[in-house]
Amino acid sequence: MRNLILFLAALAVSSAVHAAPLRVFSCEPEWTALIREIAADRVNIYTATTGRQDVHKIQPRPSLLAAARRADLVVCTGADFEVGWLPVLLRQAGNPRIQPGGPGYIEAAMLVDRIDIPERLDRAEGDLHPQGNPHVQLDARNIVPIARVLTERLGQLDSANRVFFEQRLADFSARWNAAIPRWESRAAPLRGVAVIQHEMDFNYLTHWLGMQNVAMLEPKAGLPPTAAHLASLLEQQAREPAKVIVRAPYQDARASQWLSERTQVPAVALPTTIGGTSAAKDLFSLFDDAIDRLLAAAGN
Amino acid sequence: MSLFRSGAIAAVFLFSPAVHAQGTATPASILSGENAFNPAISLILTGQYADLSQDPDEYTIGGFLAGGEHGHGFGPGERGFGLGRTELAISANIDPFFRGEAYITFDSHGGVEIEQGYVTTLGLPYGATARFGRYLSGIGYVNEQHEDFWDFVDAPLAYKALLGTQYRHDGVQLKWIAPTDLFIEFGIEGGRGLGFPASEESMKNGFSSGAAYVHFGGDVGDSHSWRAGGAHLRTRANERENQNADLNDPDEFAEFAFTGKSRVWVADFVWKWAPLGNPSVRNFIFQAEYIHRKEKGELAYDDTAGSNALGQLEDDFRASQSGWYAQAVYQFMPRWRVGVRYDRVDSGTVAYGAPVLADYQPERKTAMIDFSPSEFSRFRLQYARDESRPNLPDTQIYLQYIVSVGAHGAHRF
Repeated sequence: MRNLILFLAALAVSSAVHAAPLRVFSCEPEWTALIREIAADRVNIYTATTGRQDVHKIQPRPSLLAAARRADLVVCTGADFEVGWLPVLLRQAGNPRIQPGGPGYIEAAMLVDRIDIPERLDRAEGDLHPQGNPHVQLDARNIVPIARVLTERLGQLDSANRVFFEQRLADFSARWNAAIPRWESRAAPLRGVAVIQHEMDFNYLTHWLGMQNVAMLEPKAGLPPTAAHLASLLEQQAREPAKVIVRAPYQDARASQWLSERTQVPAVALPTTIGGTSAAKDLFSLFDDAIDRLLAAAGN
Repeated sequence: MSLFRSGAIAAVFLFSPAVHAQGTATPASILSGENAFNPAISLILTGQYADLSQDPDEYTIGGFLAGGEHGHGFGPGERGFGLGRTELAISANIDPFFRGEAYITFDSHGGVEIEQGYVTTLGLPYGATARFGRYLSGIGYVNEQHEDFWDFVDAPLAYKALLGTQYRHDGVQLKWIAPTDLFIEFGIEGGRGLGFPASEESMKNGFSSGAAYVHFGGDVGDSHSWRAGGAHLRTRANERENQNADLNDPDEFAEFAFTGKSRVWVADFVWKWAPLGNPSVRNFIFQAEYIHRKEKGELAYDDTAGSNALGQLEDDFRASQSGWYAQAVYQFMPRWRVGVRYDRVDSGTVAYGAPVLADYQPERKTAMIDFSPSEFSRFRLQYARDESRPNLPDTQIYLQYIVSVGAHGAHRF
């Protein structure tokens, strides 16, 4: 056992003085984009999912295992978002560098304040996330704190590029912190606007922009919309009208279209990450596009 | 699961003070006290209603020495309402080096079995993972899948006839993933074979059963992924007993006992389609496997309880037998899936002093539809026409439920 420990320690040291570019396994495109802002092309990044996939529901494909086996750093949303496939991937990859608890593993959602932490943990309430809502990337104020941790960790694993990463972070943070008030003033007409969401994917965005979530198309988190539930939303719409119905590109469009046709409330697909819409090409255009689409749909 | 994940996060915070300063979320959900280290626990409950046109107690697969003592999952089950097996799964990291998992199954008649109980390494480098204990062998595709993950109520006929439904080892396993973009995984395993085609009692020191396999896999665009594999299994049997329909009197059983070696080759292929890699609305899975088994040794035969046409025999025995299946499952809207499966096995060539096994090619056609109200529950209606028994086609209708309580189970490719 002692030899094993020494061996693992030696390995950890040897992986820290890697000559080849660091290999990063990023679970979602937003973290790929953020790492690109910090590290440019000085790291190799494999992105496990696309903006058109429901990350919670994908399967641990063989290609993901092949990528995880060679990674030096795993960057994921965490907070149980990837619970169906990431733990099994990490266990099967035969790669001690990326195990939870070590320097090669980051859960971005756990680095910031989370909302929607359930008060009552019961599967009768649907597919709950005990650690809270994982979609933290959609509150622009969360990006810089996460970027700081990423920069520090990248510098730790690739000390030769530490200064480069830190310079890029400073530049990115300045641009990002300038963009936040711009988005906030542009989105000012959305303040107080009532919104119906497919599930809870946009709660950080609506929370940040001061919008009001009045209903969900899914009767409970993780359960597809039912006819009875949609009928009750129709009734609710008569009492407290919403101004926009939003869904993610990977969510079934039929429920929001059905409700939209009957209520004349516009339905819109918003990107949750880069690649969710063709306009969302990086982190800046992701927020530009999401806010533009909301403004266009909410009629302001 | 969540407790352990928060434990892992706690470790990050402890070892990296800088991270702690950045992270605004305080890990308030981390519990203290002795129950903070509770393992992940999940319970699978299953049950079914079965309508079978032939007597399930007399189920055999014509032309094969199959199924041992008509073990679990071999026959079509019982008629009418019945509880399926109940499976308790417990897992947790043991220490920084190992993870432990146990799957304990309870059958409806009170039998309890450690279906699997194994320890897997956590920190081996260079793509290697070692496992020891009792585990489902990595040969083939369906073999390593838990029963509740199957797309049909029952196992493919080829698995029933040639591998005793699912093949397990008490022993060790070593897997290695190659450092390539294409997924390439090699595995070797060995120990004592548990059940058919090995016999249950250990008769010697060392390895009485061993397997080696390779899996390849990858993606084609965003929407397609695949895995293909090949495997070889070697087992020994010592007086492996089973009953089979007496060739000279199909209403009676003859007793068989095989002592010798089995060699099994398995080829498997799976192809999955999900539009843009998003399986939640629509997806499609095609899978097919081919199994070939050769056996060589001594066979004791006794039909004195039945026709008594041959009496008691003991002679050299050689057989070369095979089987395959292909199936397709399509999710056409959220929650709803339909599937079809075709099974065929071939009694092949059998060399023995007297004709004791039928020359027969059993086949089965199956169709199913299932409905999953959530990730944690599933209801399935299945129809099959099973011609395992010569001249006795069995029409089988099942209505089955599978639910999972507790920890979020892992998805699987």
